[in-house]
Amino acid sequence: MSEKSYMSGKPEVKSDYCVSYFPANSGELSINIQSKTAILHGSKLNSITEETLLDLGIKNGKISIIDNGGQYFVLKARIEAVIKDAKPKLSRESLPPFKKYTQYNSSRDRFRRSRLYIPGNQAKLMLNAGIHQPDAIILDLEDSVAPSEKDAARLIVRNALRTLDFFGAERMVRINQGKLGLKDLGAVIPHNVHLILVPKVEDANQLKAVNDKIQQIRKDCGRKEPVYLMPILESAKGILNSLEIAKASKNNVAIAIGLEDYTADIGVQRTNQGRESLFARSQVVNAAKSVGIQAIDTVFSDVNDEDGLRASIREAKELGFEGKGCIHPRQIKPIHEEFSPSKTEIEKSKKIVLAFDDAEKRGLGVVSLGSKMIDPPVVKRALQTVDLAIATKLLNKNWKKN
Amino acid sequence: MFSVVSVVKTSMGQKLKLINNKAGRLVPEMVNGVKSIPFKGVGKYSPNGGKASLPIRACQDYPASGNKVVSSLKEALEKCNIKNGMTISNHHHFRNGDLVMNEVFDTLAKMGKKNLRWFPSASFPCHEPMIRKMENGVIHHIEGSMNGPLGKYASDGKMKGLAVLRSHGGRWQSVQDGEVHIDVAIIAAPTADPFGNCTGDRGPSACGLLGFGLVDSLYADKVIVVTDNLVDFPCIPWQIQGNNVDYVVVLDKVGDPGKIVSGTTQLTKSPDRLYIAELTAKFVKAAGIMKNGFSFQAGAGGTALAFAIYLKEFMIDAEIKARFIRGGSTKYLVEMLEEGLTDYILDGQTFDLEGVRSMRENSCHVNTSPFTSYNWHGKGNFASMLDAVVLGATEVDINFNANVVTHSDGQMLHGIGGWQNCLSSKCTILSIPSFRNRIPIIVDEVTTLVGPGELIDVIVTERGIAINPLREDLIKATKRSGLPIRKIEEIKEEVDDLVGAPLDKPNFTNEVIGVVKWVDGTVLDSIFMAAH
Repeated sequence: MSEKSYMSGKPEVKSDYCVSYFPANSGELSINIQSKTAILHGSKLNSITEETLLDLGIKNGKISIIDNGGQYFVLKARIEAVIKDAKPKLSRESLPPFKKYTQYNSSRDRFRRSRLYIPGNQAKLMLNAGIHQPDAIILDLEDSVAPSEKDAARLIVRNALRTLDFFGAERMVRINQGKLGLKDLGAVIPHNVHLILVPKVEDANQLKAVNDKIQQIRKDCGRKEPVYLMPILESAKGILNSLEIAKASKNNVAIAIGLEDYTADIGVQRTNQGRESLFARSQVVNAAKSVGIQAIDTVFSDVNDEDGLRASIREAKELGFEGKGCIHPRQIKPIHEEFSPSKTEIEKSKKIVLAFDDAEKRGLGVVSLGSKMIDPPVVKRALQTVDLAIATKLLNKNWKKN
Repeated sequence: MFSVVSVVKTSMGQKLKLINNKAGRLVPEMVNGVKSIPFKGVGKYSPNGGKASLPIRACQDYPASGNKVVSSLKEALEKCNIKNGMTISNHHHFRNGDLVMNEVFDTLAKMGKKNLRWFPSASFPCHEPMIRKMENGVIHHIEGSMNGPLGKYASDGKMKGLAVLRSHGGRWQSVQDGEVHIDVAIIAAPTADPFGNCTGDRGPSACGLLGFGLVDSLYADKVIVVTDNLVDFPCIPWQIQGNNVDYVVVLDKVGDPGKIVSGTTQLTKSPDRLYIAELTAKFVKAAGIMKNGFSFQAGAGGTALAFAIYLKEFMIDAEIKARFIRGGSTKYLVEMLEEGLTDYILDGQTFDLEGVRSMRENSCHVNTSPFTSYNWHGKGNFASMLDAVVLGATEVDINFNANVVTHSDGQMLHGIGGWQNCLSSKCTILSIPSFRNRIPIIVDEVTTLVGPGELIDVIVTERGIAINPLREDLIKATKRSGLPIRKIEEIKEEVDDLVGAPLDKPNFTNEVIGVVKWVDGTVLDSIFMAAH
């Protein structure tokens, strides 16, 4: 038996596994699993381990597993991670079944008011994430994952994309920067990820590189649906290049701003008032709107401060942002509420939309309400408001009939 | 009517005849040497005969001065003339902060007593030293809820007698109909006077009320009050009457306040549980239960607490006031009382310092006992008058039967508490996650039957709300509510798929380690030892 051993996970982390691999070139394959719930899960743990090793073509050596109650797709990912750590050239994969409920599509213009970040190696937080009905779920491979966990997280995220029901939320992954990010793409693009968040984009070429890689993987795996992009601008350079970045790919559907890194980059403290980032945020809004895509604001990081969160959302809305990142499910409801149109806005918009319908029916080029002429941009905004009101269940979708 | 199905051994080698009860569960004919009655169905058993009676006392046999203080716990216990095999009881209002019972049994051990039965209203992890007492024969067995280490000890088949799990109301019933005779009751009291009047609502070890000890004070042969805060007669208010007390003992410290009540009751931070709580409140509102003059009960579990907070919001919005709320009281219920959202709190146990303060200061915060709230042999009780109650469970099955005492691996780790008694409310809701750490909560058949499905109306999980098909009224009332109301089988299927069920089944031996009593004293189910 070789002296070198490989490990993925930590022995004491709840709802996870710690998998050790001791490679050998000959001899029997030995599997040892310790589980507090062996009485209930023993045979499944065994069969999944065996099936995963078979998929990966592992016939010798020793595998030791400490089970702390993780999901089986995490076990598969941890085993694959530890084997690939030992055998970096191994190209085989062990994929869990691609569940039917994961097979829904997204669209360019869907709402992205709330998008919930979940660290890519914390599957426990992914299981019920969709129940809280965020517009999107971001499985994060970047800042919330420690360097030692990057390889395992990539596989856990891949397996989660195949296994978990996100109940209609847009399926997003935030990849790492640079080469690591391109490697991340290989693991997630074939598994119906809807959108890739590209962190710390500073120029158009960075985004193009990501897009090119995605197109190549799509071709290789035969994926038909597009993969949307949301570049995150987090530096002075990125902000100043925002228009170029916004134009860099037709797959861009939104641009987001990340203020933690941006404020560090320009050498100021991040404040709740946000005076220091007003320019950057307005710049992002204008770059996005100039190419007809969404502008998405940064996260509000104090989970316990709901009032602060609401104030920050209202401000973002005033600046022209259409969404905000969140790091805890309890931030979702305030975000949706604050981004929802008010009753007066809805009533006014309904009247405009009806007037617009009437004008269309009668073949009139001009929409008018009473004696007042309505400008096309006002009509457009009213249509958006009504859509949003319907999507947020403030308005029945058959409202015109009632 | 009941046929003997099989003969098995208890873990300690005694032979037990098992019979099939009305719920289709195998239960022993004899429990710890007493003939037992198998469960006959909900509301089907009518007891007859008389209640337990006490020896006649004469006041001339007690100090005319009213001073019953003795010098030590040992002296009090010696005066009680305890014999081997007797039953020693206590209330559990000190929860995990109890400093009295370990000392009582240490003293009894030093006195050379053997084979005692401990009859607490609940045990806690702080009572782990009782394991040693069972090993060396001081305690024969425990009848009372077994939480944590003691539950594990019994689950492993190491206890000599059977664990007898009773609800709070069932404990009162068993004493009142003579099934359990208490020889000596120990009543730890945060404040007491020399006559034995005592209260839980004040003093350094304040715990709120002493309701669980009331039956012990009324029916035990001998009653010892143990306090660390002796006041001059009269102790006002008196929750326990000194007229039932034999001896008063003063110790330096009877409880650890930090573990009796916590300064702040922790609300759950789990987004999933908050979601379940919110869904539960929405259900109560949508079903039309939340209306002026209604009542509900929600305990101190994280989800139940959060439920009360969400319901409060809805009540304020709709300008609705409850007539009474039953606790376990917490600061959240106290806020509702003080903000005029309920006329009364009828309190069964007090979970935090705000609850204790309110009980002390507010005459609308009323202390109750299992007699008023839960008792089977009373002329009615409060539980059945409640409009809604929100409870938890370790497992439920597709027929709405539920379990609160064992886990799916067969380990007996929790007591019943008031859970069974609360099932008689007008709308019984179990608010539970659909899975815990890869273990599904909705199963084909519960490991242990503690609550018959016909009494469980609604199950609220984060993946939807299942309404018992028997409750057509609730189904109809919430049909257009927009709430995620689903068939229980459908939720089960979704969760099974998520967690990779079916799981392995634990192998149970044919050794019985405990029984679950129904509220009427009949035997509802047996707990078998899991094979290792």
